[in-house]
Amino acid sequence: MAAEKAEMDALKKECDGLRTQIEAARKAVNDGNMTSAAGSATEVGRVQLKLRKSLKGHLAKIYSMHWSSDSRSMISASQDGKLLVWDTHTGNKLVAVPLKSAWVMSVAFAPSGNLVASGGLDNMCTVSNIKAASPKTLRELDAHTGYLSCCRFLSDTEILTASGDTTCCLWDLETGKQKIIFTNHIGDCMSLALSKDENTFVSGACDSLAKLWDLREGTCKQTFSGHTSDINAIQFFPNGNAFVTGSDDCSCKMYDLRSDQEVITYQDGSLNAGVTSVSLSNSGRLIFAGYDDFNCHIWDSLKGEKVGVLSGHDNRVSCTGVPADGMGVCTGSWDSFLKLWN
Amino acid sequence: MTINTMAKGGWHRDQMSCFRKMEKVIVAMQDPDMGMKMRNQRLLITIIPHAMTGRDIIDWLMKKSNICEEESLHISGLLVRYGYIYPLKEPRSLVLRPDESPYRFQTPYFWTSTRWPASELDYAIYLAKKNIRKQGELMEYEKERYSVLHKRINHTWDFVVMQAREQLRASKQRRKADRIVLECQEQAYWLINRPPPGARNVLDMGLERPNNTARVTLNSEHYKNEIDTCKRALGRNRVKSSICLEGFMKYSEQYQNHDPIMQGCLPSNPWISDDSAHWTMNLETVPTPTRLRVERWSFSFMELLNDEMGRREFMTYLEKEFSGENLAFWQACEDIKHGESSKIVEKVEEIYRNFLAPGAPRWVNIDSKTMDKTLSGIRHPHRFVMEDAQMHIYFLIKKDSYPRYLKSDLYKNMLAKGIVPQETKKSVFPFMRRQRHSSPSPAQVATQATEEGGNAKGAGQAGTNSAAGSNV
Repeated sequence: MAAEKAEMDALKKECDGLRTQIEAARKAVNDGNMTSAAGSATEVGRVQLKLRKSLKGHLAKIYSMHWSSDSRSMISASQDGKLLVWDTHTGNKLVAVPLKSAWVMSVAFAPSGNLVASGGLDNMCTVSNIKAASPKTLRELDAHTGYLSCCRFLSDTEILTASGDTTCCLWDLETGKQKIIFTNHIGDCMSLALSKDENTFVSGACDSLAKLWDLREGTCKQTFSGHTSDINAIQFFPNGNAFVTGSDDCSCKMYDLRSDQEVITYQDGSLNAGVTSVSLSNSGRLIFAGYDDFNCHIWDSLKGEKVGVLSGHDNRVSCTGVPADGMGVCTGSWDSFLKLWN
Repeated sequence: MTINTMAKGGWHRDQMSCFRKMEKVIVAMQDPDMGMKMRNQRLLITIIPHAMTGRDIIDWLMKKSNICEEESLHISGLLVRYGYIYPLKEPRSLVLRPDESPYRFQTPYFWTSTRWPASELDYAIYLAKKNIRKQGELMEYEKERYSVLHKRINHTWDFVVMQAREQLRASKQRRKADRIVLECQEQAYWLINRPPPGARNVLDMGLERPNNTARVTLNSEHYKNEIDTCKRALGRNRVKSSICLEGFMKYSEQYQNHDPIMQGCLPSNPWISDDSAHWTMNLETVPTPTRLRVERWSFSFMELLNDEMGRREFMTYLEKEFSGENLAFWQACEDIKHGESSKIVEKVEEIYRNFLAPGAPRWVNIDSKTMDKTLSGIRHPHRFVMEDAQMHIYFLIKKDSYPRYLKSDLYKNMLAKGIVPQETKKSVFPFMRRQRHSSPSPAQVATQATEEGGNAKGAGQAGTNSAAGSNV
């Protein structure tokens, strides 16, 4: 026993030593800070987005939403056991996908628009074809041992999932089998974001860490710390060189992949509600963060200031999303409504 | 939620902050000088003191906080839904009616934040009281819950009944008006904390996220993996912060005109004007692309490649230079990477035949090392067998052909021809307040204000009716 313990201690020590070296290497390249670099950027001023549409149709809390790549349709998932595909322009419901399990936590649209995926407490990711006459279940990806917190399509043949069993997984939809399992987190994985070139992705977990992964090799390339509680949401900055996280510690942070470290924290003394979701405007200048205090607050990503708020929901804002063409932002809430703003 | 977010006593921090804000408003409303004017309300034959109408509440909020009616309705609706104000008529309908319907403030004893979580014992006593007071007064769902509780806390049932009787006896000694008030308050409290089936449960905290740090055993295996990961992470290339930050600035600036939320969009934002012209103009394939779109092709090579029209234009240019096979090769490799597994073998063969074999019709120029590696890889084709060759060609095109394309007449003409849509015409009411596609910043607002009547640059105007917030 003593020998085992000694071995463990030695390993732990080596780990800590390496981590200290990483921190030192990061410090070495840290020759500037965001707020001063952003000094030259023009002020954004007060951002006032108006409510343009309120989409009613769900009968229970909305947990997740995802825009289609055509920037016009959008899918939302609610605990009433349905996925609804909306035409956001007319406000019409295009497709209703009934779910076997009502405890859904995440939904995704494939870039082609043909497939949608959903999952939650059933530990499965169900992929359906919505272009058929009536929605047909294509695959039930069943291998996670924990709830499904997030899923994202790479194409009609591959999908990435994040789970409460602390792993992320890349699946082959043609065979329905796992291709690669990404293990390294020590807490439930809560969300993931795919890079535009689909070579890497980032994940946020309840161990308060964000990790960068190589999609092809299945390895963790880097770990980013700084948050003091669960990371609930994660999104890439549009130029692909950074990502933004939202956490239960009531703050959002931006991490830069090239300089390999945190560059700025978005937090405010008056905001003491956890962040549930983040999304960015097309230029990356504005961050829309949904909070537990029923609002979605808008941050200037470069200057680190709060520049606006979207209020109108009667309960927690559980998901936000900006479509690919950047026309506006959609917020979904536990009050069962989706609202479109710009 | 992890343990961190739960304050001592198990209260969830997120809802608490909302309650505190609501309580501030409630206290202000009851201020003797500046608060609401209350009056007596007749309820059947009893007179209830200190009541106010829904209309009063709305008006007070509008005046005090200088907000519009819609917002006032929303806030007061929240106050009712969370139990800080309760309706006297139709107590089960927790909505705020902006008319003569009477409402009262909930006593702080019964505030949601004060007595949370509501205890089973208290609920049992409440139901017992109702049952004793008037047989058959319990609703169906209350009867069910009553029997469930009876089974569950059977051991303290004597206490429950005794307490219920005691409380009923004490209340009989009160004046009728007070008694009714207390009953209303208690009922309101329980409607929030034990909502009837089908009613929204505002105190619901959502799916339990089992906090299982025990999922991953921190043994030596784990640490060995950690060490490998750390070693890999340590070896990463790092770029100076200043350069990276500069990159973010530049990107935001470059894309600002292309960000409809920051800068509006022409001819109009379809969500505001209900005119989908913008979308029609920006479909995958259009006869003439917009100028902004063509401009984006010059921002980065990926922008050009990701746009189908851009790729087609670029191909036309390359064909002129007799180097179209490079782009065709790249596209074919992409097709393998993202396509169906069953077709991989035949696609790889096709690529070999067309691009790589000696004397191939569209032979691509790859360095010998990469060529050898690719050719041997082809014998066991898989999704990424063309990766190296594809990378090589990609960088070749990016460094050589792409910059020349941007300087070419072909591109310049495309840019010049690019459509700059006219803003949608203003609506018939010239005196209507100016609508913008989006209203991002005072910087824009300031320029708009000084250019009264003129067209603000970039921030186009959707001139259709102002009832744009259409509810579906």
